[in-house]
Amino acid sequence: MNKILRKKILASNIKMFEIDAPLVAAKALPGQFVVLRVYEEGERIPLTIAEARPEEGVLVIVFQEVGKSTFHLGTLNEGDEILDLIGPLGKPSEIERFGTVVCIGGGVGTPEMIPLAKALKEAGNHVISIIGARCKELLIMEEEMRAVSSQLLITTDDGTYGKKGFVTEELKRLIESGRKIDRVIAVGPVVMMRAVSRLTEPFKIPTIVSLNPIMLDATGMCGVCRCEIGGQTKFACVDGPEFDGHQVNFDLLLARQRNYLPEEKQALEMWRQTQIEAGGK
Amino acid sequence: MAERNKSPKKTPMREQPPEERIHNFSEVPHGFSEEEAMAEARRCLVCKKPLCIGGCPVEIDIPGFISRIAEGDFRGAVHIMKNKNVLPAICGRVCPQEDQCEKVCVLSKKQDPVGIGRLERFIADWEAQQGPPEIPAPPPPNGRKVAVVGSGPAGLTVAGDLVQLGYEVALFEALHKAGGVLVYGIPEFRLPKAIVQREVDYVTKLGVKLVTSFVVGRTKTVDELLQEFDAVFIGTGAGLPWFMRIPGENLNGIYSANEYLTRSNLMKAYLFPKYDTPIIRGKRVAVVGGGNVAMDSARTALRLGAEKSMIIYRRSKVEMPARIEETHHAEEEGIEFHLLTLPTRYLGENGWVKEMECLRMELGEPDASGRRRPVPIAGSEYLIPVDTVVCAIGQSPNPLIPQTTPGLEVGKHGNIIADEKVGRTTKKGVFAGGDIVTGAATVILAMGMGRIAARSIDEYIKTGVW
Repeated sequence: MNKILRKKILASNIKMFEIDAPLVAAKALPGQFVVLRVYEEGERIPLTIAEARPEEGVLVIVFQEVGKSTFHLGTLNEGDEILDLIGPLGKPSEIERFGTVVCIGGGVGTPEMIPLAKALKEAGNHVISIIGARCKELLIMEEEMRAVSSQLLITTDDGTYGKKGFVTEELKRLIESGRKIDRVIAVGPVVMMRAVSRLTEPFKIPTIVSLNPIMLDATGMCGVCRCEIGGQTKFACVDGPEFDGHQVNFDLLLARQRNYLPEEKQALEMWRQTQIEAGGK
Repeated sequence: MAERNKSPKKTPMREQPPEERIHNFSEVPHGFSEEEAMAEARRCLVCKKPLCIGGCPVEIDIPGFISRIAEGDFRGAVHIMKNKNVLPAICGRVCPQEDQCEKVCVLSKKQDPVGIGRLERFIADWEAQQGPPEIPAPPPPNGRKVAVVGSGPAGLTVAGDLVQLGYEVALFEALHKAGGVLVYGIPEFRLPKAIVQREVDYVTKLGVKLVTSFVVGRTKTVDELLQEFDAVFIGTGAGLPWFMRIPGENLNGIYSANEYLTRSNLMKAYLFPKYDTPIIRGKRVAVVGGGNVAMDSARTALRLGAEKSMIIYRRSKVEMPARIEETHHAEEEGIEFHLLTLPTRYLGENGWVKEMECLRMELGEPDASGRRRPVPIAGSEYLIPVDTVVCAIGQSPNPLIPQTTPGLEVGKHGNIIADEKVGRTTKKGVFAGGDIVTGAATVILAMGMGRIAARSIDEYIKTGVW
């Protein structure tokens, strides 16, 4: 069950797995996510779906190693099995013919954007994609993104590739060029999604963001993923993960994501220690 | 026939002393020895017309199994018990017997009723100590298939009953472990998880095929299941937690009871960092609510190292919905009860809860529930310093299946509409039971509905009549 068929290192600390998961692959739609657990004492880790190939029964995930669980996940290899894989979860993205849609992917948000951009293009939209990363080395899936976009714009914070600056600056240029934009979709770090939403709000461009709060069961039971949308509490796992960016309380989301920082740090340090000890033997 | 024990009191059950148990997650009561069980069983009058059976939602032959215990025929007692209840180790621990079988026990008019729950627990634990349970010979397969969605008390009962009628049964569970609320909700110190696992294993040994990490409504819809199975039973239980919709409720440090207990019980966060899932070990913990879940949360907080663990409840003690035993255990352990107290807002610092503002209440006229309505006393606001809050005021049914199943009608609170006498929903071939139908209730009620639904699924499949 859930065997890793292929592993690819996309950048330092960013990895891709192709997993044999026919049931989930058969149902996965753009915008949805999975939860996985790697070993008995492990956490339930929510990860977005980068691609589903139902005909092959393959599900693709891309993840960044940030804490113990994702670092450990990254040590798995082709042929290893993932203990539990649950999904697809969350409401799928709205796919319609909107007109011109700007798809913005930041960091590991880019892989999730690929199926979404593809579906939007197939629905007849003119898809302008903007992807960004801190530097060239961390910019991932450029070719895949180009293949599903009508036009692709690239930024890096340090200017080592594409235009120097943030994705929001490219978006601003697009808006200021007078081009009619019917919808903006942003997936990536919270600060990026907040900046995009603030930028589009005065222009009244409908803006969708995909939120990534802490989750536990992710099936509508525990309530940890609660977010404030238009002053109302919503649950990202069953009401989302996509919401109207102009209604999201991003500051609350950022604060709630920091809930377990000391514990996360402790777990990672302990894990690194055991890795060093294991390596020394 | 052994001589009757005329003691007016229940045989006491030995338990861990409070000062010891608040530092561990081990089970509180130790259970009866064989001698204690036989002594308690000999208190039973073995009434010709036993009222206790009518008080049991799954109609266990109570005098039957108790008289076997009195005679020392424990194996005989197991057979009688398992005939009606496949989960006795669980029911013996968590059923509200004082409102059911023991409430109607003839003895209870003048003295303590027979300790039926304690005896049920004894017999289940006795069986487990004898080695692997006896598995009844499987009936000839009837070639029909039923899907059971949710492996909590309702689902386990339906699955166990149907497999023994010759059905091929698949039991789907969204989480990675079977048992539903028995594993994620009820803490280890009240219901050890090894016991739940034993009962789940029994159901799978009967022939039920368990499929974990399968989210019906997402991985497959109910309509897709209906193409493969002759009928579908939905027992998906509790869903999204309720909050009070007061300011500050999303501050860090404020949990729903579902989250708090799931972290601790299912994910074993109390063993962090051995287990990866963290939980905040608060020093001043306030639990809002007065039910069993609130008691479980407050007692969990103590075991996680809280210096002060408080129950904040807006009515008085008489109206508290928790079982008497749970409240009693909580009091023994030093939980503070702030009764007639209503939280009105939370105050935070750097995103973390620091204080809760409460209002004192007084009891007014009875409300729709028959309980006296709590009325705020104007100007009585005061602040309680807290670093962790657990909101245990209930939950709405899980929305996933209702959202993804056309033709399945739900009530105004989101619960699936099902005839409680037969478990039929508004969609042909689909049955439901447990909390998803009734709203938050008890383990045994869910099992009772599971039993009824199993009968009616059998009838529907055999006759084809909806």
